[in-house]
Amino acid sequence: MAQLNSNIPAGPLAQKWENHKFSSKLINPANKRKYKVIVVGAGLAGSSASATLAELGYQVENFVFHDSPRRAHSIAAQGGVNAAKNYQNDGDSVRRLFYDTIKGGDFRSREANVHRLAEVSVNIIDQCTAQGVPFAREYGGMLDNRSFGGAQVSRTFYARGQTGQQLLLGAYSALCRQIGLGSVKSHTHSEMLDLVVVDGHAKGIIVRNLRTGEVTRHAADAVVLATGGYGNVFNLSTYARGSNTTAIWRAYKRGACFANPCYTQIHPTCIPVSGDYQSKLTLMSESLRNDGRIWAPKNKGDRRSPQEIPEEERDYYLERKYPSFGNLAPRDIASRAAKQVCDEGRGVGESGLGVYLDFSDAIARLGEDKIRERYGNLFSIYREITNEDAYKTPMRIYPAVHYTMGGLWVDYNLMSNLPGLFVLGEANFSDHGANRLGASALMQGLADGYFVLPATIATYLALQDTGKRPKTEHPAFKDAELNTMADIKRMLDCKGGRTPAAFHKQLGKIMWEYCGMARSEAGLKKALQLLPQLREEYSKDLRVTGSTSTLNQSLEQAGRVVDFIELGELLCRDALAREESCGGHFREEHQEDGECKRDDDRFAHVAAWEYTGAGQTPVRNVEPLVYEEVKMATRSYK
Amino acid sequence: MKVRLKVWRQSNPGTPGAFEEHETPDINPNMSFLEMLDVVNEDLASKGQEPIAFDHDCREGICGTCSLVIDGKPHGPHQGVATCQTYMRSFSDGDMITVEPFRAAPFPIIRDLVVDRKAFDRIMQAGGFISVRTGNAPDANAIPVPKIAADLAMDAAQCIGCGACVAACKNASAMLFVSAKVSHLGLLPQGQPERQRRVLAMVEAMDKEGFGACTVTGSCEAVCPKEISLDFISRMNRDYGRSLLQGEPGRKAGASDEA
Repeated sequence: MAQLNSNIPAGPLAQKWENHKFSSKLINPANKRKYKVIVVGAGLAGSSASATLAELGYQVENFVFHDSPRRAHSIAAQGGVNAAKNYQNDGDSVRRLFYDTIKGGDFRSREANVHRLAEVSVNIIDQCTAQGVPFAREYGGMLDNRSFGGAQVSRTFYARGQTGQQLLLGAYSALCRQIGLGSVKSHTHSEMLDLVVVDGHAKGIIVRNLRTGEVTRHAADAVVLATGGYGNVFNLSTYARGSNTTAIWRAYKRGACFANPCYTQIHPTCIPVSGDYQSKLTLMSESLRNDGRIWAPKNKGDRRSPQEIPEEERDYYLERKYPSFGNLAPRDIASRAAKQVCDEGRGVGESGLGVYLDFSDAIARLGEDKIRERYGNLFSIYREITNEDAYKTPMRIYPAVHYTMGGLWVDYNLMSNLPGLFVLGEANFSDHGANRLGASALMQGLADGYFVLPATIATYLALQDTGKRPKTEHPAFKDAELNTMADIKRMLDCKGGRTPAAFHKQLGKIMWEYCGMARSEAGLKKALQLLPQLREEYSKDLRVTGSTSTLNQSLEQAGRVVDFIELGELLCRDALAREESCGGHFREEHQEDGECKRDDDRFAHVAAWEYTGAGQTPVRNVEPLVYEEVKMATRSYK
Repeated sequence: MKVRLKVWRQSNPGTPGAFEEHETPDINPNMSFLEMLDVVNEDLASKGQEPIAFDHDCREGICGTCSLVIDGKPHGPHQGVATCQTYMRSFSDGDMITVEPFRAAPFPIIRDLVVDRKAFDRIMQAGGFISVRTGNAPDANAIPVPKIAADLAMDAAQCIGCGACVAACKNASAMLFVSAKVSHLGLLPQGQPERQRRVLAMVEAMDKEGFGACTVTGSCEAVCPKEISLDFISRMNRDYGRSLLQGEPGRKAGASDEA
């Protein structure tokens, strides 16, 4: 069994982080230069961590599979970033942001981590502003805010509908500065294919150059994974096509525990699926729910156009069911409510899988110009995709996979149970519990990279002797490289009949059908029969064209898809074992009037899965969630 | 509907490429251009042929990865969108569509339609930043920024770094890309201390990469998926001229004082 010590500092909640920073080890500047840190990924967490560690004096090597660090999918986040600045004087505070986040996560996150996140949120806004992130301003020159789901204060900072882009370009510019100074070595088109573990510590990675096919070994004193979430296990999602689970999955297979894989987020406002050929789903920012009203016809099978449906025959179901939060109910709740409406036969659009997001009241109140200023780019995206004008007719929206709260298990220092392996951002599991609130992913990615890891990594590094850092000639590196090469050869030699994309599509269908918005024991058991079969078919019937010595996108995809198939099985296993409903994990057997019914007696814990070998049942380790200050309560947004 | 593709195939940077013709399987007008290529690639793979390599990632017009020249125009027929936001309903049944990579000497072809745009990263590394270490920022509201300046900075900052401006330019000039970053940072009070060294360093890096001169034909603005204005080029020219005259001789951006 893995040892899971969360290392939560002692003392009152509000002082834990300060105390912890004081008691953490320091490394003097002359010695920092001797340490080498590998960072995989260059999204918000990876870029900010790489830049900050380099500023501190460490030797940093950054690896991305993209052609440039600026392409990471953090760039697509639209709505905003939360911070407890209370610039609006509306009663916000660190404590309130902390509480909203814990409650939004349905009391399944770690109290101390979430409090720290709320504390450093204010520093994030300062840092990004100083870097030149052009946040929205009021005429007086001060920063503007808007509201997001799950909160009754306005604490979301934004840059039009492109906040993720601007924050990422800020972190990328900090990274560029360090690359220019020679303190970060940047490896692009470089995909991590294995983690190298020496004497129980993470000491390096195996990388394939996607342009030349060359496989290389890289050693360091610590390895940081900031490689994002695994939502593409569903194939269709709002993730970028390249987003994958390979880095964290292969670390899992080397001994890092995978925590709460079943906590996946379905975002309520996406453009509905239009056909079988579709390669991705597009999000319409949650910020739209500030001014848009969500409704469906009251009558089943009402096929009239939205304008023909009179006010009294419309059901503004979120406002009806959750009068105090209304259209700003958290994502998991809003998504399930949309599914219920469509299951009842009241969905709209050709497929019947959609509800309306209507701006006509807001346009009447504020004028079309104001709405255009706030959401213009989102309305144009909607128009490009659907060929419809949302200023004139309501948008049609439907939930889609958007984020994964689960990820590799980490302690308070963001270190996994494998010493020397640190995991940041969406790739870890720690801060969002069973559901993430809007505008909190950007906050967490930057908190981890700018402020948390740079303070906590020294505690580990100080105990490492840089003179004894394993060389890449060490047998562990050689074995890992040989394994990687053998995997690649197997995929190319298989010469079966089906492409990686075909397998991915089939996997997505199984996952969405049996492990999507609603999950049941019977469905999950069915999925646990189908997925091993799919894995088996994959190993026999895969077809990858081309060779390994040039750019080969089919080969890249093949390696990622097999990891998704294996992860899908773990996800279903976790969902089956968690016999309760909480946040994004909804078990049909455990509900009360359609709302989640948690079971705190049996499941107030983190499930951290430990790999035990190919074909073996993984071990479910448990980290109890101990709440020192907050009382677990039934979430109510009514 | 079905279309015919005349598509550039090149197996590696060192081998000459050529156009190849393919007829697509039956496609849906609501597919995106890249989804159409997905379908063509599945068809090729099923025949044992190598799929067409093309760059893509977010498929929602923000990451800047996709990069095709469609019928002679970077990012295809529509204004203000990237290739991934181009839909097949913009074409007619039976059309012959020519698909090429972004062509420019500083963007060497890696394979088929995929080009190497690292030159952009190197320009950014030369000076596309504000030198502020993590932790030494003042309160975000300590320096008020006029809304007009913030909005204009945002107009420039939304550049996605795709390189369509270079591909469209007869001289392969990168002025629109560089001027967007210079203007974004130069318009904000936080960017003032390094304003002069930034523009000098970035222009020097741009020239070193082999991008051509700007003759203000405006083809870059016409194809920019974010409709970044040509005005930023004049803004950068003014900044550059002033910096040359007043400049900081012997200084290079990126050579930091605190090292």
